[in-house]
Amino acid sequence: MNNVSKSNTVEAKHACCKPKNTTQPDASDDKITNNLASNDRQSEHHLIVDGASCASCVSKIEKALNSVEGVQSAEMNFAQRTVVVVGNVADASLISAVEIAGYNAKIDTSESEEEAVDEKDKADAKYYKKLIRDMSIALLIGVPLMIYGLAIGEMTVTTSTERLVWFSVGLLTLGVMIFSGKHFYIGAWHSFKNHSANMDTLIALGTGTAWIYSMVVVAVPDLLPLMARHIYFEATAMIIGLINLGLALEVKARGKTSEAIKRLIGLQSKTARVIRDNKDIDIPIENVLLDDLVRVRPGEKISVDGVVTEGHTAIDESMLTGEPMPVEKTQGDKVVAGTINKSGSIVFKATRVGKDTALAQIINMVKRAQNSKPPIGRMADVISAYFVPVIMIIAVLSALAWLNFGPTPSIAFAIVSATTVLIIACPCALGLATPMSVMVGVGKAAEAGVLIRNGEALQSASTITTMILDKTGTITEGAPKVTDVLVANKLTREEVLMFAASIEAGSEHPLAMAIVESAKEQGIEPKKVTGFASIAGQGVEAKLDDSVLLFGNEKLMAKRGINIEAFIDKAQAFAEEAKTPMYFAVNNELAAVIAVADPIKSDSIEAIKRLQNSGIRVVMLTGDNRLTAKAIAEKVGISEYVAEVLPEDKAKKVVELQSDGEIVGMTGDGINDAPALAQANVGFAIGTGTDVAIESADITLMRGSLHGLADAIAVSKATLSNIRQNLFGAFIYNVAGVPIAAGVLYPFFGLLLSPVIAGAAMAFSSLTVVTNANRLRFFKAKEH
Amino acid sequence: MLWINLIGVALIAIIVWWFWLYKSSSVALQEGRVEVIVKDGVYQPSKIKIPANKETVLMFTRRDLSSCAETLLIPDLEINATLPLNKQESVTIPASPSGHYAFHCQMKMYVGELIIE
Repeated sequence: MNNVSKSNTVEAKHACCKPKNTTQPDASDDKITNNLASNDRQSEHHLIVDGASCASCVSKIEKALNSVEGVQSAEMNFAQRTVVVVGNVADASLISAVEIAGYNAKIDTSESEEEAVDEKDKADAKYYKKLIRDMSIALLIGVPLMIYGLAIGEMTVTTSTERLVWFSVGLLTLGVMIFSGKHFYIGAWHSFKNHSANMDTLIALGTGTAWIYSMVVVAVPDLLPLMARHIYFEATAMIIGLINLGLALEVKARGKTSEAIKRLIGLQSKTARVIRDNKDIDIPIENVLLDDLVRVRPGEKISVDGVVTEGHTAIDESMLTGEPMPVEKTQGDKVVAGTINKSGSIVFKATRVGKDTALAQIINMVKRAQNSKPPIGRMADVISAYFVPVIMIIAVLSALAWLNFGPTPSIAFAIVSATTVLIIACPCALGLATPMSVMVGVGKAAEAGVLIRNGEALQSASTITTMILDKTGTITEGAPKVTDVLVANKLTREEVLMFAASIEAGSEHPLAMAIVESAKEQGIEPKKVTGFASIAGQGVEAKLDDSVLLFGNEKLMAKRGINIEAFIDKAQAFAEEAKTPMYFAVNNELAAVIAVADPIKSDSIEAIKRLQNSGIRVVMLTGDNRLTAKAIAEKVGISEYVAEVLPEDKAKKVVELQSDGEIVGMTGDGINDAPALAQANVGFAIGTGTDVAIESADITLMRGSLHGLADAIAVSKATLSNIRQNLFGAFIYNVAGVPIAAGVLYPFFGLLLSPVIAGAAMAFSSLTVVTNANRLRFFKAKEH
Repeated sequence: MLWINLIGVALIAIIVWWFWLYKSSSVALQEGRVEVIVKDGVYQPSKIKIPANKETVLMFTRRDLSSCAETLLIPDLEINATLPLNKQESVTIPASPSGHYAFHCQMKMYVGELIIE
């Protein structure tokens, strides 16, 4: 296929693929798109292919796609009949290529989260309507029957007229069972065939037993003693009605538990205004390519992740980070999809699109975490796996006990107790207790800018007894500035800064960056050094021309035998002011001491107080010297701190605390603290929400503030407490409900539960759990 | 009464055998894929045999309106998926060692077993 034909294909196909309500680029735009291939830009396209039936089809399709200009790779998943194409190319070109190869293709639109949510809402609404209809019909028959039974009390069969009337009622109830309860019976049958038992099994057995017994009474009353000729049609209809009502209300309540996800999905914009061929055009967000220039006006949403290339503005990132203050953005600053441009107009270059944007990753991560279970739920899982058959056995034993030892009419008591046991024992509430709370809790945390990786992290965070805080970048801003430069006689201040900046230019340590930045501000250009070496936890060394440069802390100077006496008092004074003193030596002779201060974050003190007030022991770890560490710790109200710690020793400190029986949380910026983060019971990565930390940390705090940490722990504690309430409710309900239904209270109080009460209790048990979980939505972390 | 008691005991024995002791047959991977329908309270098939140490794709189609059926969990493989209604959803099982892995819905009302061997 030559270039000309490719271009024609694109143009021909484009018109049919034009989405509604957007200004789609015309044919020439495709050319622009294709031309961009030379710029090394690529994005992912997902296609669904029809007609592929063999392995050779796969290679044919892949070959066809790979021949399209701009395609870097095309890989087909035969099992899924999907193809992932990487490259800078229009969707229409890909569809066309597949069609020319003899197959049908379409863009996989299932990726649209918003569409999926809409469809789910529609399906839920339809299901709700059906359940309400089923409930209404069942209760229309059940309620009058129950009122009749309660008012008149004549639910027995003695005369032939009564037989005829009750036979008609029995048929009517059968109608209810078929129309409103069909799904229970079909489900029970399929489940039975599969050698498993579930909620449907219990309902079908319970209502079926009640109906069959009643029909036996109607058909052959003489077989039973007079007192046992009671009929239970009202119980059958009421149980079906109430359980449908319970399911309907549960569907409604469930919808609310995932509101956090809906809100996150709602943050994604549908279109983006990209600049192509010097023209602004609106295109669907899925067509934005890497390196596209995107224009955003005040009040508009950022469509994809990128870096500002033009303009200046303030961006509201609160929906992602929980940080209420808009953040100033100018050239070179990153912008994140889903945030809102508040003031100026900017142009940014797309750096992440589609599923790669931070927002898409966050949505995925929250969804994954919402479906994971904390260890607390495992016991409930084990119990519910065996529950239904055990309940069936209890129902049989209960019936036998009544038949053998019960009062007359023992058969009626046996039927009532077995039916009630089956109906009341539904394990749905038990199964829902944990996932519902996790779903709301994880969502709630996401709203506060806290990304919890899984249920286990959520549970562990609630049990933390000691929180270790890294100093730089966690308690402090992590952006230190040079405050003082004291030089020895031989060099000038500028020379010292030039040397220091030259040697530190190769280091990524925040203190090094402060020195380089300070030199730049004063117009001092660093020179190229050789033999650069970083000495972990101590400093750096390098050669510049013939001079050996050494830059680092007291330990490094002592190790190299450099006399620092001339500056030791000054350095101590800096340290006491919470500044970090660093020594600079040239050719093994002390040349200067440079003080760098890293300002404490404005809300660190308040956030640390929140942690301490919740009973957590807070410990600060830092590689900084003891005096600086002490000064910072005192300022923020931490009494325990460990200074001059090497990165590898941070993990050792975590182990030490763990061996003392502490449940340790470690908070750091996710790179040099990685071993300690991994060792801790819960690792909190701070302020690096858009990077690797999302995948690696147990909990990621999207904003830099330590309030996120306190919020995470508060949400975690509230969620665990909510789970415990749910589990307690569900367990008590089954543990207490089943014996009462079996009749243990009868010998003492003459009390035997009605199947209707059991039906109502069962229907509302799940609803209670879901509603209790929904209470978490109103939880405000800062008040705790 | 003796007969009734014997019937009761037999019923208990049948429950134990049917739900716990009986080993139902499993469906093996065909043409590199298995299609699972989620309908009427069960996964069909509910016992699926796939090869060990090989990535496999299971295609789930949910035809059941119940919201519980919407979530598919395979806890031991750390898999959770959302199954849209009436649409095929592929769930990739990573190359895993031999063993029996339970899969189920959120409430554990829908249960199945993945036999990796």
